[in-house]
Amino acid sequence: MIEVENLHFRYPSGVEALKGVSLIIKKGEFVAIMGQNGAGKTTLVKHFNGLLKPSEGTVRVDGVETTKTSVAALSRNAGFVFQNPDHQLFSETVEEEISFALKNFGFDEETIEKRITWALNLLALAQYRKTSPFLLSGGERKRVALASVLAWNPETLILDEPTIGQDYQQKEKLRQFIVQMQTQGKTVVIVTHDVEFVAECNPRVLLMKDGGVVADGEGREILTTPEVLAQSSIVLPQIAQVFLKLESLGLPKDVIDVYEAKEIVLKNLEKRRK
Amino acid sequence: MTIIETKNLTYTYPGGTKPSINGVSIKVKKGEFVLITGPSGCGKTTLCRCFNGLVPHFYQGELKGEITVAGMDPTTHETHAMAKSVGLVFQNPENQLFALSVEKDVAFGLENLGMPREEMRERVEWALKLTDIHDLRERSPHEVSGGQQQRVAIAAVLAMQPEIIVLDEPTSFLDPLSAEKIFEVIHELNKEHGITVVLVEHRLDLTAKYADHIIIMDEGKVCFDGNPREILNTEETRLIGVGIPKATLLYHILKKEGLKLGDVTPLSSEEMAKLLQEAFKIK
Repeated sequence: MIEVENLHFRYPSGVEALKGVSLIIKKGEFVAIMGQNGAGKTTLVKHFNGLLKPSEGTVRVDGVETTKTSVAALSRNAGFVFQNPDHQLFSETVEEEISFALKNFGFDEETIEKRITWALNLLALAQYRKTSPFLLSGGERKRVALASVLAWNPETLILDEPTIGQDYQQKEKLRQFIVQMQTQGKTVVIVTHDVEFVAECNPRVLLMKDGGVVADGEGREILTTPEVLAQSSIVLPQIAQVFLKLESLGLPKDVIDVYEAKEIVLKNLEKRRK
Repeated sequence: MTIIETKNLTYTYPGGTKPSINGVSIKVKKGEFVLITGPSGCGKTTLCRCFNGLVPHFYQGELKGEITVAGMDPTTHETHAMAKSVGLVFQNPENQLFALSVEKDVAFGLENLGMPREEMRERVEWALKLTDIHDLRERSPHEVSGGQQQRVAIAAVLAMQPEIIVLDEPTSFLDPLSAEKIFEVIHELNKEHGITVVLVEHRLDLTAKYADHIIIMDEGKVCFDGNPREILNTEETRLIGVGIPKATLLYHILKKEGLKLGDVTPLSSEEMAKLLQEAFKIK
């Protein structure tokens, strides 16, 4: 569980990036943090594994205040995958990249081997095991960064823009993986601009603006309220856009899923025929 | 008039075990807005690196086949000569920015062309305004956010007013509204100034509506090449991992259910909403 109370954060430059954020993320929740560039999303999640410490207020992870423990101890439980994989990758081969944290956390060799193979298969990287991460494409490097964190199986997973550079199939795999994490009782927090991905997952959405949280609720509700989204520079998912334009036909507005959309259209056409 | 043409283009990175692009033959007409997409690792970025000679000049390795861009052969022309005609916006803006201020980064290419000071100032102003980073001009490009860095990289390329702009997932770090604004600017430059645009993107929801031509790659090869409305109308594109726009997908699903929705495949929510409104009127 992550408890944030009246969190303020000022960068050394004096910029106040967070202005009194309070929220609770329960164990097993899947939360998407959205909002415009510079709203404070990444600054907020960097507090969840202690990379940043509050200027004011408190952040507790599983009951422990982040100022009272080390980043190393926190990151064992909260794995963080950066927005830009090049900020994270440094090893000669994909395999070494994944084994690095496992070795540091003191796993035995047999477990390390198993975990590497598991993570490589999960993210369709097995063929690149001995390849340098820097020879891979942008999308593939992003998956290596993800694999290196998933491998140590943290209780909380924080993913900053996980879908950048990923094609439709990779996104679908990521979605399924997140669902699987949830069934295991793990917490997943993503920072994302990808409204279509959020529409497919329908998580709890926290909408940020100017260092504060301006909306907090179910994805379907927030992603179909244009007034709320506009202030955070988010556009509606495409299906919601279609239904917004069909309001005069008496169709519901809160539709984000394409198969649900199909059912609604067919049902309403049927009704008209009668 | 053809402005980019490749014939059987094949390239393997040094140390690579298989070609990243394999037998690619494409033609791009002057003034087209071309969308290149395909699964991650399919060779999209590598192909773009050929257009201004980064492959093979910078990356080394072996390039086979033929390539002509704006009347030049990038494999024999120096990269700086190509830069006047072809502007490339990289996937990762950090690979592209280096100056001490945003303004200097945007002016760098123009300085190298030896452009007169007054004209240069005008161009820089114009590019900073188009990309909405006028306020950041004095800042260091390395101290602004990832999304802002992408705007700087785009401004630097726009300032050069090249004949061809190649953009490799140029808005991945930008929020959706900002991304849409950038795509609008690029679309306008394409339509009003006739600049040829080659855009690499996974997010067809945001971009398919601008394209006159789509190229879909998989495993280093071109597997679809043509009109977006025809190509995104096929089942196969989805099978290889191309995320067709949700509005287009809804159209397919409803047609399969036997609904009559007209024969022109919609590429945007506006087009799809219009088709549905008509369907509701008839019944």
